Amino acid sequence: MSSEANRAPNEPESQPGVSQDRREFLKQCVAAAPLLLAILPVAEVAAASTPDSSYKPEEHYYGMGIDVNKCIGCGRCADACKTENNVPREPFYFRTWVERYVLTTEGETVVTSPDGGIEGFPPSISEKGILRTFFVPKLCNHCANPPCVQVCPVGATFITRDGVVLVDKDYCIGCRYCIQACPYGARFLHPITHTAEKCTFCYHRVVQGKVPACVEVCPTGARIFGDVKARSSPLARFTRFNEIQVLKPQLNTEPKVYYANLDGEVR
Amino acid sequence: MPPDLVQQLTNVLHQVSGYIYPNEVELQWGLLVVVYPYITGLVAGAFILASLERVFSVKEVEPTYRLALLTALAFLLVAPLPLLLHLGHPERSFEIFLTPNVHSAMAMFGFVYAWYLAVVLQVEIWFDYRKDLVLWARNERGLRKWIHLILTLGATDISEQAVEFDRKAVRFITIIGIPSAFLLHGYVGFIFGSVKANPWWSSVLIPVVFLFSAMVSGIALVLMLYLLTGLVRRSLEMTCLDKLASFLFYALVVDFSLEILDFIHRLYEAEESIKILGTMISTRLFLSLVVLQALAGTVVPLICLAFVSPAFGKRALVRFPEELRRLLYLGSALLIQIGIFSTRWNVVIGGQLFSKSLRGLTVYKMELLGLEGFFVSVLLLAAPFFLLYILVKILPPWKEVPTTAVPEEAAGD
Amino acid sequence: MVGTLIGARHYLVPKTFGALGHYRAAAIEANAAKPLVYAGHEACEMCHPDIVKTHDNAHHRNVACEVCHGAQAAHVESPGDHKPPAPRQRTFCPLCHAYDASRPTGFPQIDPVSHNPGRPCISCHNPHAPVPPHTPQECSACHGEIARTKALSQHAAIPCTTCHKVEERHKISPLSSTPSKPQTRDFCGQCHSKDAKAASDIARVDMSTHGERYVCWQCHYAHSPEAQ
Repeated sequence: MSSEANRAPNEPESQPGVSQDRREFLKQCVAAAPLLLAILPVAEVAAASTPDSSYKPEEHYYGMGIDVNKCIGCGRCADACKTENNVPREPFYFRTWVERYVLTTEGETVVTSPDGGIEGFPPSISEKGILRTFFVPKLCNHCANPPCVQVCPVGATFITRDGVVLVDKDYCIGCRYCIQACPYGARFLHPITHTAEKCTFCYHRVVQGKVPACVEVCPTGARIFGDVKARSSPLARFTRFNEIQVLKPQLNTEPKVYYANLDGEVR
Repeated sequence: MPPDLVQQLTNVLHQVSGYIYPNEVELQWGLLVVVYPYITGLVAGAFILASLERVFSVKEVEPTYRLALLTALAFLLVAPLPLLLHLGHPERSFEIFLTPNVHSAMAMFGFVYAWYLAVVLQVEIWFDYRKDLVLWARNERGLRKWIHLILTLGATDISEQAVEFDRKAVRFITIIGIPSAFLLHGYVGFIFGSVKANPWWSSVLIPVVFLFSAMVSGIALVLMLYLLTGLVRRSLEMTCLDKLASFLFYALVVDFSLEILDFIHRLYEAEESIKILGTMISTRLFLSLVVLQALAGTVVPLICLAFVSPAFGKRALVRFPEELRRLLYLGSALLIQIGIFSTRWNVVIGGQLFSKSLRGLTVYKMELLGLEGFFVSVLLLAAPFFLLYILVKILPPWKEVPTTAVPEEAAGD
Repeated sequence: MVGTLIGARHYLVPKTFGALGHYRAAAIEANAAKPLVYAGHEACEMCHPDIVKTHDNAHHRNVACEVCHGAQAAHVESPGDHKPPAPRQRTFCPLCHAYDASRPTGFPQIDPVSHNPGRPCISCHNPHAPVPPHTPQECSACHGEIARTKALSQHAAIPCTTCHKVEERHKISPLSSTPSKPQTRDFCGQCHSKDAKAASDIARVDMSTHGERYVCWQCHYAHSPEAQ
C-alpha cells in the first residue's frame, strides 16, 4: 500500500508523547503535498524542429473550401486519400468520404455513402419524386476550436501553428476519447497501430508546397485548398464569392472547411 | 488487418439501419468501458454508506462500516483494469501522469484515483483498524502476526489519547472522503456529460445521475454482502438491514426522480435528436432500458422497498416476517444491481448506437472471447469479491474475530 | 521522494514536449516526413510538355494527370522502373461520366450501356483532349434528365429552342454562352392566353386574373407542366 511511502523510515515504535506518531504521520502527509507539484506538467523548452528549413509554418493558416454544386460523386478523392496515406482499404476507415443526399418530393431525405463513395455511387433507380439531390464530400474540418484536442488526456493530438490538426501516433494511448468528441465522425482507430487517425490535410505534401491528394485529383475543382487568411489565394476568392456554411456551427468548433451551396439537410 | 475484425465489422455494416458516418461502424467504447463506471460507482456508493455511519452518526448501520470500506477498497483496486485492457496502448498509460492535458476530464482519472486510493480509502482504513491491528499483532502467532504488525506501520501506541486521535482522524478523513467519492464517480459522469458532439451524453444531469445511481448500487451491494455474510456467520442484525434498505429506498427515489427529470426534459424540448433517440430506445435499447433499467431495476425495487422497509417511519408499511423481508431485500438489491449495470450500458453503448448524423442506427455485437469479451468482463466483476475475501481474512470487519481466540480481545469500537 | 518524482519526470517526459504547445513538437516532423505517393500534376510537365500543353487547353484541364494514371511519385523518382498505367477499358470513364441524377445539370454525362456499346471510350475521345468526335446535335445529349421529363409531358412536341434561344457555341463550350430563358408571362401567353393564336386543344387561362402576381414558371414546371 502506498501509504507506507508517506511514512518516515525511522519512526520510533511507540513514544511517551501523546499523539506523536499520529502527528508525525500527518506531517508526512502534508509534506507530501508538493508531490502534486512534481506531477503537474513542466514545460520543457527545446528547439522546435521543422521538416524543411524553408517552410515557415507561421506564414500559413490552412483551410479548405468545398463547392457542393461542383461535386460529381466520382469518389476519386476518397480513393486518392487512401492511396496517399496508406489507409486500410476496408469500408470502416475513412479520412475523407463522399455522401449522397436524395431529397424526395414526399419530404424524406435519404443519405448514402457506399464504401465512402470510393467507387462512385450506384445510379438511383428512379428519378421520380426527387426534389433535390447532390453529393457532399466530408473530411476532418481542422477546427480552430477543436473538441478532439480538448479531450485528449495526454496531448497526443494538437493543432499546429499552421492550422492543421494532427495526431502523434507515437504518443497516443488509444483511449478513443477524441473519436467520441468529434461531431463530424472524422476520426477512427487504426486497426493496426491502435492509435487514433484522421485526415491530416496531407501535411507531408503541404509543407512541400503541394496540395492534399484529394484536392489534387478532384476533376471538377470542387475542393479548394489554401490559406484562410491570405488575401490572394484561391480559397480567399472562394470565400469572397460564395455564401459559406460550415457543418454544425451551433457546436462552436469553428471548422475550417467552408462549404458553398450547402443544403440545410446536410448533417 | 485482423480477419475476424473485418468479419465482425462487415456483419455490423449489414445491420446498420439508415445512414451512419462511415467511421461509425466500429463502436469505440465497448463492454469494458461499461464495466469501469459500474465498478467505480460501487466504490463511491459503498464509501458514502460508510460515511453515513461515521459522519452522520447513523448508529444502526454501524455493523456495515468496516465491511463497506473493505468493499470499496476491493473494487477500487480492480477499477483501473478495464481501462487498461481497453486502451490501444496500455504500456503508454503512464503518460496520463506525465503530461496530463488539464482540459481533459479523462486526464483527471489518474490523480483522482490515486488521491482516493491512497489518501482517502487506505488512510481511513488504516486509522480505523490501527488499534485492532496492534492488539491482533500482540496476540497472534506466525504469518498473521507479521502481516498485522507490518500493517501497523510501527505506530503501536494504543493509549486513550492515541485511540481518540484515530477516531478524530477517521472522522476528518471521512468528511474529506465524501466529496472525494463524489469526485471519483462524478468525473466519470462528466467525461460523458461534457461531450457536446453526442446529444445522448451531453447533459448537465449526467454527472448527478451517475452519482446517485452509484450510491444506489453501492448501498445495494453492501446490503447484499452484509445479508449474505450475516447469514453465513449467523450474526445478522435486522435493524441494520432495515436501515440499509431504507437508505437504499431514499437513494433510489432521488435517482429515479433525476432520471425521470432527464427523460421529461428531453421529451419536452424535443430537440433535433429526439427522433433518432426515440427510435433507438424503442428498437435497440428496449430490453436494456425499458425492461431492465426502468421496470426491473428501478420501479419494482422501489415499490418493494416502499412497502417492505421502514422507510417512512419506525415501522414498515406492511409488516413482513423476517425471513421474507430478507428475501425481498436480497431480491431488490439484485434487481438494482442489474438495473444500474443496465444504466451504464445504456449510457455508454446507447450513446454510440446512433449516428452523429442523426440519421441511422448501428449495432453492438458483444464478443464472448477476447479482451473486450464477455468472459473477461465477468472475471473483472468477480475479481473484487475474491479480493474482498482476502481483505476480510486479513482485516476482519466483524466484532468477534473468528480465527484466533484471544482473551483480552478488544476488536471493534 | 519528491526529488525522485521530479527526476523521473525529467527522464520520462519526451524531450520536445511542451515546446510549441501541449504536445510533442517532434510529432510535427513525424507527420511531415511521410513519403509522397502522388507526385502532383506539376511534376509531369518536365518530361511530358507536349501532352501537358494539349491537356491544359482542353476540357480536362482541371483533371490532374494522376486521376487517370494513378499515383506516380515512384515514376517521377525512377521513371524506367515504374510505368504508369493508362486506363483503357470502358469501366473507367463512366466513374465520372455515367449519368447520375445527383450530378450537376450540364456536366457531360452519358448512359454507359447505350452510348457506343462495346467500343473503348478512347476510340472516339482523346483523353488528353476529350472533344466529342462530333458536336452533339440534340440538347438531350447533355440535358438528358430534362429531355426525358419533357418527353413524357404535354410539352413533348415543343422543341427546346422554342423557349430557349441558344448559340451554336453553347454546344462546344457550354459555359461561355448560356441559353436564354423566357422572361415574361406574355411568352407563355403566346399559346396559353384566352385570345392566343394557337391550337385549340392547348389549355387557356385568363392572363389578367390567373396568378397575376407571379411568372408562370413559379408554379408550373415548364418541362412537365401538368405535374402537381
